[in-house]
Amino acid sequence: MLKFDNVSMRYPEAGDVLRNVSFHLERGEMAFLTGHSGAGKSTLLKLIAVIERCSRGQVLLDGQNLNLAKDRQVPYIRRKVGLIFQDYKLLQDRTVFDNVALPLVIAGYGHHEVSRRVRASLDKVGLLGKERKYPAVLSGGEQQRVGIARAVVNKPPLIVADEPTGNLDPELSAEIMHLFEQFQQVGVTIFIASHDISLISQMNHRVLKLDHGQLVTS
Amino acid sequence: MKHVTKKPLKQEQRWQTKISGGNFVDKFHAYRNLHAHALFSSLGRLVASRFSSAMTIVVLAIAISLASGFYILVANLQQLAGNLEASNQISLFLKDDISEGKASGFANTIRKNPDIQDVKLITKEQALAEFQAYSGFGEAVKTLEKNPLPIVIQVWPKKSLENEQALKALLDDFGRMAEVDFAQMDMQWVKRLQSIMEVARRGVTLLSLLLGAGVLFITANTIRLELHNRRDEVVIAKLVGATNGFIHRPFLYSGFWIGFFSGIAAWFIVTTIMLILKQPVENLSRLYDGAFHVLFLGFTETLALLFISSVLGVVGSWIVLHFQLRQLKPE
Repeated sequence: MLKFDNVSMRYPEAGDVLRNVSFHLERGEMAFLTGHSGAGKSTLLKLIAVIERCSRGQVLLDGQNLNLAKDRQVPYIRRKVGLIFQDYKLLQDRTVFDNVALPLVIAGYGHHEVSRRVRASLDKVGLLGKERKYPAVLSGGEQQRVGIARAVVNKPPLIVADEPTGNLDPELSAEIMHLFEQFQQVGVTIFIASHDISLISQMNHRVLKLDHGQLVTS
Repeated sequence: MKHVTKKPLKQEQRWQTKISGGNFVDKFHAYRNLHAHALFSSLGRLVASRFSSAMTIVVLAIAISLASGFYILVANLQQLAGNLEASNQISLFLKDDISEGKASGFANTIRKNPDIQDVKLITKEQALAEFQAYSGFGEAVKTLEKNPLPIVIQVWPKKSLENEQALKALLDDFGRMAEVDFAQMDMQWVKRLQSIMEVARRGVTLLSLLLGAGVLFITANTIRLELHNRRDEVVIAKLVGATNGFIHRPFLYSGFWIGFFSGIAAWFIVTTIMLILKQPVENLSRLYDGAFHVLFLGFTETLALLFISSVLGVVGSWIVLHFQLRQLKPE
């Protein structure tokens, strides 16, 4: 599903951020990406979302070489990746429903289809009944669930989360992680960057560890 | 959607994403949905920020109404110039020894000239009758033993013969003809009016270009502010797979709505001004020959006004999107 092949990333001002990173996530696999701050976790995730392109090597998503993708293809690649962020990145002036509906509206779904899928997605994350609320009145855990609902509403084959529990307490974090496991069980590939070692160790999944831009365990 | 990823999607997994509609009908529906969304969401935002929208629209409407107001002013002047035909008219006073039969033949010869629109022969008797009726000297004329008036041939040159030199040349040609005693035309009046019309026409063109540019840049600046206010939304939309088209569309529609509503407002401004001016102008006209009627913006002109202002709105926002949106990249 996701394959890194000798990927290096060099910024002119910061030098090598990633060095010869290679790994392969199978379809339906769930894996954690961990490492100290500045180890290159965020950069690695940016390569998957084609926010950046690697300096050397290849990133293959669903068999497609992301380095060779033309700019106009990038939006369609991003539709295959459900992104989840530490700060949720919700639109504060839109309701929960509108936030979750955004990827579907972008893909051009009709009103009824959007409504049906948004409800299904909110149901999965346990927020059905809060469609009309605004993000500001929800708790942190609920806001992240909205973020997750938005990421899965378009049924992408890969979900990538960047510190999804970074702003949540341990109990809520465990709930969110459990939610990810449910998606994995229906065949979604899950890739989570996190430095919450204790939480990761409780869960029995593959762990990729970055240290100064190099993959040390996989 | 126009753009589709080159690699076809594998359909084997049930959790596969639908990138865009598969067949033509699906694509058409998606395309229609996207446009409907952009159309109504942009209108909704315009209504949501009605105070600032209204101010922008009023400013644009004033600029547009200045341009179209001067346009309609010139159109009204041109209507006056339409009566110019009468002034362009050349009167050929024939020599006294030309008989009516000969004069009629001469008139037919002139009619064959390709520069001539129409010719009318006025016999001595007709001229006298007209003179008696309109001059106020009816009784005095009756005392005359002999009709002193010459045969007159009125000649209307073709409208295409607008420029002054051509008219002058035509007049000189007539003057040299053997049958003609003298040929007359109020050249000075024609000359002045033509110069005024030329200045006015150019003035309106230049003014419209300037005001059009003004409308363009005011719209551009409005859209730039909107883009700035909605920066987060643009970034998030890009992250969840929005194409540039999807990002652009609501802003282009905003530009369209701003231009369109400004056009409507400008129409009302111009029409109101014309309504206010109508009565005094027609009173003035009645004091002369009463041939002048105030022209309003016609159906075609109104459509053109709305079309041009809408296009200016769209182009104005396109300029901003083209130059500013590239800088907005997700982090």
